Amino acid sequence: MREQTLIQAEKEKETGRDVMVVKHLFKSFGSNKVLNDFNLTLGNGENLVVLGKSGSGKSVLIKCIIGLLTPESGIIEVLGQQITDLDHDELDKVRAKIGFLFQSNALYDSMTVRQNLEFPLRRHWMQVTQQEVDQLVQEALEDVGLAHTINMMPAELSGGMRKRIALARTLILKPEIILYDEPTTGLDPITGKEIIQLIMTIQKKYRSSSVIISHDMNCVRLAADRIVVLIDGRCYAQGTYDELKRNGDPVIHQFFE
Amino acid sequence: MELPVKTSEFLKQTGEASAFAGRFFKEAFRPRYEIAEFTRQCFVIGYKSFPLIGLTGFIMGLVLTIQLRPSLIEYGVESQLPAMVGIAIVREIGPVITALIFAGKIGSSIGAELGSMKVTEQIDAMEVSGTNPFKYLVVTRVLAATLMLPVLVMLGDAISLFGSYLGVNIRGVTSFNLFYTQVFDVLAFGDVLPAFIKSFFFGFAVGIIGCYKGYYSAKGTEGVGQSANSAVVVSSIVIFIIDLVVVQITDLLNLN
Ligand SMILES: Nc1ncnc2c1ncn2[C@@H]1O[C@H](COP(=O)(O)OP(=O)(O)OP(=O)(O)O)[C@@H](O)[C@H]1O
Ligand SMILES: [Mg+2]
Repeated sequence: MREQTLIQAEKEKETGRDVMVVKHLFKSFGSNKVLNDFNLTLGNGENLVVLGKSGSGKSVLIKCIIGLLTPESGIIEVLGQQITDLDHDELDKVRAKIGFLFQSNALYDSMTVRQNLEFPLRRHWMQVTQQEVDQLVQEALEDVGLAHTINMMPAELSGGMRKRIALARTLILKPEIILYDEPTTGLDPITGKEIIQLIMTIQKKYRSSSVIISHDMNCVRLAADRIVVLIDGRCYAQGTYDELKRNGDPVIHQFFE
Repeated sequence: MELPVKTSEFLKQTGEASAFAGRFFKEAFRPRYEIAEFTRQCFVIGYKSFPLIGLTGFIMGLVLTIQLRPSLIEYGVESQLPAMVGIAIVREIGPVITALIFAGKIGSSIGAELGSMKVTEQIDAMEVSGTNPFKYLVVTRVLAATLMLPVLVMLGDAISLFGSYLGVNIRGVTSFNLFYTQVFDVLAFGDVLPAFIKSFFFGFAVGIIGCYKGYYSAKGTEGVGQSANSAVVVSSIVIFIIDLVVVQITDLLNLN
């Protein structure tokens, strides 16, 4: 009995350090079983990369985490809150602490860059003065080095610039956890590297934890504290970049070729 | 242009669209109310389609008058021209033509806008930014369409009657006063009210179908085009169906 409470206490201490815990996650679309007993933990301040082939369910995973998709079963605990049990208002409160960078950027193309950045600010914190908003927008744009684009429309920007603006919009609420969905895909290697370096700098500045989805090995090498390999809806292997690179398993090895 | 041919597909879509409309009523009357976006949509939807509706209304009134004249002369009732045209425009042609143009302009733009927001994940982005996209995008647009179309119909009718006044004066001389006295003499409450009420339903149909098609748009740019297209086709048909139902009801209620 005593032993059990000890274990319990030990567990709680551990989850106290983890900002996110995903356990036994199942998600399917019709007969397509995308996530099949997937597990993952994210430590405070950690950069976790989820590696997986196209169509393996990486986007589905982080959409479940942020509550855009509802899993069939499983535990998703973010910042101590069980995501699937929350009502809409509670979910919004948690979402305000999570940044989400969409694979397609998802910039609002009927709004200017400024309005794009203001949107989450005004929506999540309903009591902000115009002055605070202006300051935060300016700061976020300076972080990504695009202060001069403030009055432009997304359609007038290049792909890399759009990615940076999307990044600025993700970071404007200073989230504790950031979910990046393939931040470098579709960019040339140099721009991709710049984006990753930007992510790392910002990460240090705001001390956030992040889940980065990627299959770009340059990005993975630079960013990952730890890597989780997602294959067949399961956490197939995990470890640091070097550990996985040394791994003899051909399935894992093919990512490093 | 393709209508859902297979019956099952048709029934499925009808069911989905009804559920969508049901959700509209559930969400529309609960906070938070998106007043700013609603006002903006009233401007976009109402003001921006006014020139087109004004122009077509004017031409329609003019042409209708010119074409009706010979028949009326044949029966020796040329003096009834303003009354005839007035009734035709206010009761049927004004609301229906305005609604059809509205469907072409607003229905397609709502369908395309929401469709492209859907496929580029902008709707998901709103959701994670503390916004209920259904309230922010759908409720505001449907309400704006429902309230703006009756206004546009009234303005369109007025412009149409002015066109008709000019049409009367091409071959004859009628003072502005006499023309309007003649028109308003024949128009009864029972002519105006059903026409006014049905334009709310037309507006609602255009708004809800455009939003439904956009919100459930298929992936890819092709999907966006399809949503815009079928929004127009379906709402045009629904406008005629509503028209048919309303005329039966007013007939039963002896409002004619
Ligand atoms: N809304 C949906 N409805 C039905 N199936 C879906 C849906 N979203 C994703 N899927 C399916 O889930 C699987 C995983 O998709 P997902 O988008 O997560 O892939 P991914 O790992 O992010 O790939 P990529 O690297 O290409 O982005 C795919 O087979 C896809 O067809
Ligand atoms: Mg993906």
